[in-house]
Amino acid sequence: MAANVFALIAHAAGKADDSALELLSAAKSLFPEAAPTALVLGSGPGLKAVAQEVAASFPEVWSFDQETLAYPNAELIRPLLVKVLPAGSIVILPHSTLGIDLGPGLSVKLGAAYLPDVVGFDGVEGTQLKVVRQEFAGQVSAHVQGDVSKGAVVTVRSGAFAPASPSAVGTVIDKSPEAAGLSARRRFVEVVQAEAGDVDITREEVLVAVGRGIGEQDNLSLVDDLAEAMGATVCCSRPIVDAKWLEKGRQVGTSGQTVKPKIYLALGISGAFQHLGGLKGSPFIVAVNKNPKAPIFQAAQVGVVADLVELLPELTEQIQKAR
Amino acid sequence: MEILVCVKRVPDSAENEISVASGGADISREDLVYAVNEWDNYAVEEAIQIVEREGGSVTVVALGDSDTEEVVRREMAMGAEAGLMLVDDAFAGSDGLGVATILKAAAEKKSYDLILTGAQADDGAAQVGGMLAALLDRPYASLVNKVEVNGPTLRIGREIEGGSQELSDIDLPCVLSIQTGINEPRYVGLRGIRKVASVEIPVLDGAALGVDAAAVGQAAAKVRRVDYFVPAVGAGADMLTGSTKEVAAQLVDLLKAKGGLN
Ligand SMILES: Cc1cc2nc3c(=O)[nH]c(=O)nc-3n(C[C@H](O)[C@H](O)[C@H](O)COP(=O)(O)OP(=O)(O)OC[C@H]3O[C@@H](n4cnc5c(N)ncnc54)[C@H](O)[C@@H]3O)c2cc1C
Repeated sequence: MAANVFALIAHAAGKADDSALELLSAAKSLFPEAAPTALVLGSGPGLKAVAQEVAASFPEVWSFDQETLAYPNAELIRPLLVKVLPAGSIVILPHSTLGIDLGPGLSVKLGAAYLPDVVGFDGVEGTQLKVVRQEFAGQVSAHVQGDVSKGAVVTVRSGAFAPASPSAVGTVIDKSPEAAGLSARRRFVEVVQAEAGDVDITREEVLVAVGRGIGEQDNLSLVDDLAEAMGATVCCSRPIVDAKWLEKGRQVGTSGQTVKPKIYLALGISGAFQHLGGLKGSPFIVAVNKNPKAPIFQAAQVGVVADLVELLPELTEQIQKAR
Repeated sequence: MEILVCVKRVPDSAENEISVASGGADISREDLVYAVNEWDNYAVEEAIQIVEREGGSVTVVALGDSDTEEVVRREMAMGAEAGLMLVDDAFAGSDGLGVATILKAAAEKKSYDLILTGAQADDGAAQVGGMLAALLDRPYASLVNKVEVNGPTLRIGREIEGGSQELSDIDLPCVLSIQTGINEPRYVGLRGIRKVASVEIPVLDGAALGVDAAAVGQAAAKVRRVDYFVPAVGAGADMLTGSTKEVAAQLVDLLKAKGGLN
């Protein structure tokens, strides 16, 4: 099946996001014979730099340079893409906060199938595009197929596809006039940066991370005691911050901090990709979880199936004795 | 402000070991603990808080079967005036677009100023809110973690990468998908549940909704799950075994060896 394949390039400060080359390799693994086109939207010199950068890997780059696109607003981008994309296009987006914002409505407006948060491709059979997804917080995987005869919008999970190496010498096509006069019923105001917390977990080498499996706020003292005995710093998964048990600055993950410790003790954390997305530099991960099927055991080097409330006091006591 | 909140009953993945059953046709449903989708609970709380400030009413809507009623009642007990259930055998096997099509029909039964969904549910697709907005041709914002009413517009915050907040103004009527952490969902006690126990929850089928049967359900789905499976994985973790004391002793040795004791 010959197809028009497009990839939306996320970028900031004149640099393409890491997702750009991952989308390219996703596009290539989907349709090896297709020549994917990069869509670069924004404004000013930063945009030109991104278009040039991306042209070193995509055979063709469509550049849309307009003041209104200076900040990526899905409500503006969606009607623009509906206008410029050929019927039946396959559009690949990162499964990021922009992709999540843009993708579902885009598929409706294009009359295309929507395949979100894809972690692998399983080939094309006739009009059926077969993908791999995860459900139930990563506890099981699913083969999913979409009828792409009217096109598809696919969002790709960060890290699921190894970045393609730059190869093509692409041409940049200026499509800016197509994006003139855009307006939307949602208007960007400003970005408020996340507050820095009282500790900087991004600099710590030994982190004790606590998740929802700790059960009750009172049990956090078990984690504090362990961290103190180890001389380590406490961080956490998102539900602990949502519950206001720990401050946002201690959250590890895509919507929290990116940490690069040497040792990461994951306590009662299931191992959602948004959590693991904040863990870089291949730390030595030790996971404790009462569920032997928890996805965290796939990411960890060492695992223990145990109840935290039983294990933590014993572990703390033995560490205290050992020093 | 008239607000519609779409909720889903899901297996609670924090409480359950999910495993594949019947050769991949489904997950094992025995002994599963079900609950309202975590994100939806924040959406209902946000709707109630908006109505407490601005006036109006909250309606909770869910697709499903008779088991779903319990979840709708639980969410109503938080302070929603009305519930609505959309039940029809013809809805089974709907894809995201099918679900959004059914919800659109329900949303058009009354003029809602604001429609909320959770940012995502058990399948992690994060799709229904955005599709519903597109079908209704209303503006949309996903992953919303702040809502402030300013007359005909809302000042909203979207959570973006790194936990920063993107502020925008969005025109009413609109559709928002709500991110966890936007508020602290209130506790629902037995008293609250009892208070709504006798409230009648209308049940609408496809005909009552005016949904074209050909546009929903398995036959209309462009996207279908072929099967569930457990991927063949790499080595995975080395699992430590033994009594609590023995496991702790092994962990101490490991942490020492790896430089984990500062
Ligand atoms: C856009 C977006 C951004 C997100 N960003 C982040 C982020 O930055 N960081 C983040 O962490 N999450 C993030 N999430 C949420 C993420 O999807 C998961 O919901 C979250 O990581 C789950 O946290 P958890 O592992 O602590 O809880 P759960 O998934 O509920 O896991 C709890 C675990 O504890 C185990 N357990 C329970 N009781 C015990 C016990 N007594 N002893 C031992 N183990 C026990 C359970 O078996 C389970 O595996 C984001 C989600 C979205 C949609």
